Amino acid sequence: MMESKTELPTVRKRVGLGEIIFSIPTLLILAAFFLILGVIVYYGAPVISWNFLTGTPGFTMLYGEPFGPNFLYSEPFNLQILPYGGILPMIFGTLALVSGAIGIAVPLGVLSAVYLNEYLKEGLFKSFINQVIGNLAGVPSIVFGIFAFTFFSKQLDFGVSLLSGWFVLGFMALPIIIKSTEEALKAIPRGFREASLALGATKWETITSVVLPVATPGISTGIILGIGRIAGETAAILFAASIFYQSSLYPTNVFQPVMALTYHLYYEATSSPFAGINRPYEFGTALVLLGIVLLFSIIAIYIRTKSQKKRKGW
Amino acid sequence: MVTVLNKFMMSNNRENKIGKEKEKKRTSRDVKIETKNLNLWFSKNHVLKNINLKISDKKVTAIIGPSGCGKTTLIRSFNRMVDLDGARVEGEVLLDGENIYNYGTNVVALREKIGMVFQKPNPFPMSIYDNVAYGPRIHRVSDDTNLDKVVEESLRHAALWGEVEDRLNANAYELSGGQQQRLCIARALAINPDVLLMDEPCSALDPIATAKIEDLIWELKEKIAVIIVTHNMQQAARVSQFTAFMYLGELIEYDKTKKIFETPKEERTKDYVTGKFG
Amino acid sequence: MDLIGRLRKVFRNLPVDVLTRPAPSVDVLQLRGKEYLRRFFSPEGFTGVCALSSFIITILILFFLIQQSLPILQEMGYGQYALPLLSGLGYGDYAWILNNGNIVTGLINFVTGSTWYPKYLSFGILPLIAGTLVVVGGAMLIAVPIGIFSAIHLSEYCPLKIKNIIKPIIELLAGIPSVVYGFVGLIFLVPWLAGVFSLRSGQTALAGSIILSIMILPTIVTISEDAISAVPKEYKEASLALGATHFQTVWKVLLPAAISGITASIILAVGRALGETMAVLMVCGGVANMPPLSLQMFFTSVKPMTAAIAAEMGETAVGSVHYSALFGVGLVLFGITYLVNFIADLINSRFKKKFGRAR
Repeated sequence: MMESKTELPTVRKRVGLGEIIFSIPTLLILAAFFLILGVIVYYGAPVISWNFLTGTPGFTMLYGEPFGPNFLYSEPFNLQILPYGGILPMIFGTLALVSGAIGIAVPLGVLSAVYLNEYLKEGLFKSFINQVIGNLAGVPSIVFGIFAFTFFSKQLDFGVSLLSGWFVLGFMALPIIIKSTEEALKAIPRGFREASLALGATKWETITSVVLPVATPGISTGIILGIGRIAGETAAILFAASIFYQSSLYPTNVFQPVMALTYHLYYEATSSPFAGINRPYEFGTALVLLGIVLLFSIIAIYIRTKSQKKRKGW
Repeated sequence: MVTVLNKFMMSNNRENKIGKEKEKKRTSRDVKIETKNLNLWFSKNHVLKNINLKISDKKVTAIIGPSGCGKTTLIRSFNRMVDLDGARVEGEVLLDGENIYNYGTNVVALREKIGMVFQKPNPFPMSIYDNVAYGPRIHRVSDDTNLDKVVEESLRHAALWGEVEDRLNANAYELSGGQQQRLCIARALAINPDVLLMDEPCSALDPIATAKIEDLIWELKEKIAVIIVTHNMQQAARVSQFTAFMYLGELIEYDKTKKIFETPKEERTKDYVTGKFG
Repeated sequence: MDLIGRLRKVFRNLPVDVLTRPAPSVDVLQLRGKEYLRRFFSPEGFTGVCALSSFIITILILFFLIQQSLPILQEMGYGQYALPLLSGLGYGDYAWILNNGNIVTGLINFVTGSTWYPKYLSFGILPLIAGTLVVVGGAMLIAVPIGIFSAIHLSEYCPLKIKNIIKPIIELLAGIPSVVYGFVGLIFLVPWLAGVFSLRSGQTALAGSIILSIMILPTIVTISEDAISAVPKEYKEASLALGATHFQTVWKVLLPAAISGITASIILAVGRALGETMAVLMVCGGVANMPPLSLQMFFTSVKPMTAAIAAEMGETAVGSVHYSALFGVGLVLFGITYLVNFIADLINSRFKKKFGRAR
């Protein structure tokens, strides 16, 4: 195979100064990524065990006052509580939150994008709606959090609950899904729709039989990106949905609060009775959270590259 | 869930067809499509100016003219595809005597009667079978065996059956350009239209594929009216019985093909067919 | 034609069933009353209502933010010292008697007040705004140069195969949850900074800036890289054909051509940085003092707006003055991000007009 190749004189590419200088920032970014990833894997991996992933959390007092009626009102400075055990309820909680939120965001988002792209004409109203969606995408997550608390928990009286979490996370994922569905729909050449309409299909039939099936990879990418985003969301559920520990470990009804991985990690790492006591436990939680989120991101990227290759045929 | 949604929202009035009179025997002396003082605007652009045209049934009519003269817009106005482009229409277009631009026209049923083939082959990203079956499925042809028959017939009419009969489930993009275009023709024929509109169907194809499609058109004229827009004058001369020459949105001359090419009445027609401008 | 015949013709042309008839074109025909109704009860109307949902959500958020922050704005209409005075005199619980102040002056006092000390009912958010500005400003100072140069590298210097591996990795970086960033920052960056700069505590604005810059880098890099790659290669070829080096071409031709995309990425990054909560909460220290106006500002502990809300809301009684003040901070945040978004849209649309395409 090699022997029959003609030997051409090769020109060696000189590595210019530009290349070296410009590659430094990229290397810095890559370094940051691998450092963060590495540190979490390094400290978190030893903690991961079957028990950790499937067990339930427990807490023991290290020293300080025992649990009693005055426990919450006294401020024992030497109180320390050691968390241990597993994080299965938190994994369940995060998954429960995500599923419900996606269940709200996907129908609403896909249909909105269908309207914006297929039915609405270009004009003032369309650019206004696009601006509104872009704005919604940029609203800080903590603002969503306090909104969720005052609207879902207080006004609608859902309380601190899974249901509130579904709505607020669904609203946060909505712009992502709308944008990626719109991109997917825009990428479909006009010819398909025209051919379908010329065959006597109505607009809605064209959308459901031709346009949406073809747009499915793009929409799926958007959904998975949305999942990744809301699985890692803390501030939004801080007040309206999450709880650090509750005795009923798995959400049995939607009006109960839910234990989520993100909130658990935050509270663990920063709240005084627990902070810093069981760092490995925290690293384990961080690793599981990171793993779940990165998994979804990787799936999304994979779907996207695969469908881009297929698209070359058009 | 989509089918439930569909049933809820889909229009059902396909029975309200245009031209409800009893099935007459169609002869080639019938006027299939007639335009009366058809004027069309795209915003301020007056694209079609006072077109008066009578297209005969079971004949091939070619529409020729230089780029931008409105040929494509004209045939797109026959099956109301200009609605997608945001056109304003005045005047009438009669299909079998009924104005299709009336308020209340069932556009979906209209497009069942008129098929269209586009310039660039645009098969759906589905299998060959699904592409051809798309139209019949939408118009709810009853069952699978019937569907198989319809697909096979359409592919035969499009002179494609022999080449694909063993790979009906292959993706449509595996076919060559010419085959894809014939697939689009088969797809259009599958809904059993009375008229076939073809917008420069061969411009993206090589000469061999073009020849095959021209043969196809020649056969099709026995059953349906074919209206073909083409840049290629030799093609128009080969394939059509009637030719319309358009220039800058106006219908300059419309007559038997032989007359247009050999003894045209108008000066501009003569200039165009002799190649003085293109 | 006789009357019967004419009537028959009219009836034949009547719409058979208004609600289920398929849509005739409405560009060609005039819209009549029934048309709107029919369009509403069709797939178009149904999906249209869905599309309105984003608008409705935004309005809801705005409404509740305003509703809950009205008390503090009204109370501060009497000046930024009215509440602290009341509290100092021991009548802090009666803050509601100030509920008829002017909202606009209240808002101005709220935003310009330089003391944030909820315990004594002092709710000036200037320190919080300053904290946000310091952290975000520092993050931009770090991220923008690195991001732009990295984008240049990826689009111009990097071999394609390697680029196709690096780009997804950078996207993954964007996907990491902010708590994880905060966590890593808290455990590693903060002590390290304390060591390097000999500080008592490493929880400073600098820590926040560094972490935040890593979080916004993917935004800057991916969008800028797209912008640079989108420059027509004719520009590049023309420059090289004139004898310019690659470096000169990049600097003098490509960058200016891609400037609007790069600006868009920067503005988007600013928007993201302003809204970031958990990471800055965990590493910035949470001391709501005005940072000094010197380089020292990066080495002080600050409390950005987002962190203030997140940290204090948990211990605040619902409906109290503090609660309302935190909603006021949320309202200001909403307003700032809306402004940033608006500016970004403006730039985008101006560019569309100039060049006929976005960015």
